[in-house]
Amino acid sequence: MVTAEQHIDQKLFPILEQVSDPEIPVLSIMDMGVVRSAVLENDIVKVQITPTYSGCPAMDVIGDDIKKALLDTGYNSEIELILAPAWTTDWITPKGRKALEDYGIAAPLDAEADKGVLLEGKRLVKCTNCTSTNTRLVSQFGSTACKAQFQCDDCQEPFDYFKCLK
Amino acid sequence: MNNNLYKYILGIADNSLILGQRLGELCGHGPSLETDIACTNISLDLFGQVRSYYQYAAKITGNGKSEDDIAMLRKEREYVNVLLVEQPNTDFAYTIGRQFLFDVYHLLFLNELQKSNDLMLSAIAVKSIKEVSYHQRFSSDWVKRLGDGTAESHQKMQDAIDGLWTYTDELFHQTDADKIIVSEGIGVDVTNLKETYYSKVSELLQEATLKTPESKWFQKGGKEGIHTEHLGYLLSDLQYMQRTYPNMEW
Repeated sequence: MVTAEQHIDQKLFPILEQVSDPEIPVLSIMDMGVVRSAVLENDIVKVQITPTYSGCPAMDVIGDDIKKALLDTGYNSEIELILAPAWTTDWITPKGRKALEDYGIAAPLDAEADKGVLLEGKRLVKCTNCTSTNTRLVSQFGSTACKAQFQCDDCQEPFDYFKCLK
Repeated sequence: MNNNLYKYILGIADNSLILGQRLGELCGHGPSLETDIACTNISLDLFGQVRSYYQYAAKITGNGKSEDDIAMLRKEREYVNVLLVEQPNTDFAYTIGRQFLFDVYHLLFLNELQKSNDLMLSAIAVKSIKEVSYHQRFSSDWVKRLGDGTAESHQKMQDAIDGLWTYTDELFHQTDADKIIVSEGIGVDVTNLKETYYSKVSELLQEATLKTPESKWFQKGGKEGIHTEHLGYLLSDLQYMQRTYPNMEW
């Protein structure tokens, strides 16, 4: 597991937690793990964010939303996009995983299981509708870069699976 | 500015830009919804990687150029992508063949680039490897599915591999700028990747019941800006808005 320390000023935490991922609105950017640091320096909040996928079009919006949320509470801010260490699905918090599931997106399994379901047709991903694991991969690529398409063979629900990224 | 480093970055990034544009052409035109979405997802990953490279290149020039200037406002001969990635989407087998022949190279290349002593290039490589691993799974799966499929799909996949083979050797050529950047511990010595590349490709082709082409005559020129006739048409599409409405913003 990649461990990279986060430096978040505790009084900024509640503000940042209000900002959600524009493509998965139930998920706070804090639960997503994309904010790597937020510290107050000379009256300016310096925020470092890291992209989930390189081409994620949500990053510009997330940067703007953070700026706005901080400004609304009286802080000016500077946003910096950093690439290292690279984001991993391990940084999604347990609360974030639950929010994903409730929203209808299956949360990422561990790397080995992920390989099994994406390459070997193993049935391990739980249907977000009926919790059956009698599910199959429809396509390795889904509605956004971070997801794959699945379908449940019990209740027939089509749903997204958040791919494991290490 | 370090002119060699600038050229070196373009050499990496232009491949992804042009391939990303080719895949983007399939948006709404893929053979099925799933493959359409997959190709455009891969395109998006490549464009994301390209932005990181061009932003870095723009910073190096120090002349106020932006990532968009580099992407949109060069002339055909100033693009230094390999000939392979500019080849057209003749049919789905060609699209997959081109992707597969590039992905195998791309992953080997990035695995080495992550050891670069240039921290920015190393960070972009580490990030990109995760994405390109998925690309390679996708294209390899389809090579197997088409190669080991019906008689017709087998023939089409074989034709695509045969047709694109002549563009593979260029992946391992080095420009003068490349050699200098490699000697500085920044760049990847691609000549070392060649053997592994061809053995990996052959292994998968065999698994897909396809023949590895025996042709020993290869095309070159892309890395020096000498392209096939296809690139001009691609660029006229890519650059249309910036050429028609200079400085327009989204």
